[in-house]
Amino acid sequence: MTGRPLRQWLVLAGPSVLLLLGVYLYPLAKLVVLSLGAPPGLATYGRLLHNDLFLTVLVRTFRISAVVTVICLVAAYPVATLLTRVSTRVAALVTIAVLLPFWTSILVRTYAWMVLLQHNGLVNKLLVGLGIVANPLRLMYNEAGVTIGMVQILLPFAILPIYASLQNIDERLHLAAQILGAGSWQRFWKVTFPLSLPGVAAAAILVFVQGLGYFVTPALLGGSRVITLAMLMESQVLEVLNWPLASAMAMVLLVICVGIVASFERVLGLERVWR
Amino acid sequence: MALILRQAHPLLWLASAVVLAFLILPSVIVIGMSFSGSRFLEFPPRALSLRWYAAYWSDRAWLNATLRSLQIGGLVTVIAVTLGTLASLAVSRRTLRGRGALRALIVSPLVVPSIVFALGLYSVFATWRLTGTMTGLVAAHTVLALPFVLLNVGAALYKLDPSLERAARISGAGPVRAFLFVVLPVIWPGIASGSIFAFLTSFDEIVIAMFVAGSSPTLPKVMFEGIQFELNPIVAAVSTQLILVSTVALLTVEWLRRRIAQRIETDYTTQETAP
Repeated sequence: MTGRPLRQWLVLAGPSVLLLLGVYLYPLAKLVVLSLGAPPGLATYGRLLHNDLFLTVLVRTFRISAVVTVICLVAAYPVATLLTRVSTRVAALVTIAVLLPFWTSILVRTYAWMVLLQHNGLVNKLLVGLGIVANPLRLMYNEAGVTIGMVQILLPFAILPIYASLQNIDERLHLAAQILGAGSWQRFWKVTFPLSLPGVAAAAILVFVQGLGYFVTPALLGGSRVITLAMLMESQVLEVLNWPLASAMAMVLLVICVGIVASFERVLGLERVWR
Repeated sequence: MALILRQAHPLLWLASAVVLAFLILPSVIVIGMSFSGSRFLEFPPRALSLRWYAAYWSDRAWLNATLRSLQIGGLVTVIAVTLGTLASLAVSRRTLRGRGALRALIVSPLVVPSIVFALGLYSVFATWRLTGTMTGLVAAHTVLALPFVLLNVGAALYKLDPSLERAARISGAGPVRAFLFVVLPVIWPGIASGSIFAFLTSFDEIVIAMFVAGSSPTLPKVMFEGIQFELNPIVAAVSTQLILVSTVALLTVEWLRRRIAQRIETDYTTQETAP
């Protein structure tokens, strides 16, 4: 042990704690105060409950995030499984293919989808050129466009936890199942799939919670037709200047996100991140 | 154990290939389009040219924003790595009380939706006159970068044998000397990957910049404005350069990760010690 605990705290943790107090906890606390209004009360929250626009947007945000989560899980599972069944070299290549988008800025990836999905974009040109549709489809400025973009952006967050849980499965369990006469489908449904569920749950939470707060992708791919909670908050502050309402919405979103993560902390294995 | 029963089914390959193509293709197409010679973006480009790159490199507004983002990213990296490394030392001291709370506090910004954090900062920065200043953005981005430094440095520290540092202290080295000559040589890959994470977190950040950057925009903010109402083709050239940066960052971090894993195996047999 080196030095006294108090001195260690001050020297090692002090600078970070000070920064977080001033530029992180204080701003969040100020939002709480703003949402309560003057004199402090829950009136703003009461108004939120009867605000049709807010409720519509809240439901839409949940719906988009839920749909994105389900598609991500379905798309992620095969890739995660493949990663456990190929040589180290192929797995390294696939990992890079998964991680590269993960490292690319959200803005760049959203831009790519705008270029692809616009009225005279590549996807429409292909669809019309191949004779699948007669006229270009409306692929963006709607929920479908937002969903496509968000799935691609959040997919790595689904693949990685599922892959981690698949990797943790003891190989001998498969061998045992095989010796006991289980076919490949039975092995998958009775052994692999149940044991991968913690990873699936972690993936679902990571994608869903992030999806709830998304701003850039819905704002660009959805535009004014697909307003999500984050976009509503932005317009309340920058256009309507209704700070109490925007702060109350922020608190609702924050409590939902923190609540979901906190209640599933064991599944997410935040302890295990510290490796 | 490589077991015969774990082979990748052709259908699994097919499904994975479709998903991987969905992940990678948008970026590939943007890269292709950025070399387009015509006035509009097209893929595949009919004539190749570097006109959009030339346009970017000769445009004051784009270059100023890039320079600003580089400066902010550089400052964020230095501050976040310093504060984060100190804090990880505190968290890694197993006898220190409150280490769990400290880690939870530093990691918690990952769970807070960026729009909520941005709203809080916007309200506080207005009264502190930090809107539009570099100080404000650097402080805010440092909050977002700290979790990544803590996780990366923490991962490296976790694998460091605490008896090495104790041995150095018993042999008469002060805490600073013990850190510089015993701890640092082992954990530097963690610090290096933490720096890369910290830099990109700031360099790609858009939501907070939209609220508090004021009239001196960062590169992501200029990009956002360039694609919100019309698809400015310069953004394709900027995106391609950003994808290049991400690729280099990803490959470096993967290389560092391997180094951390290797060091654990070699270090405790060859015992690197202070000169």
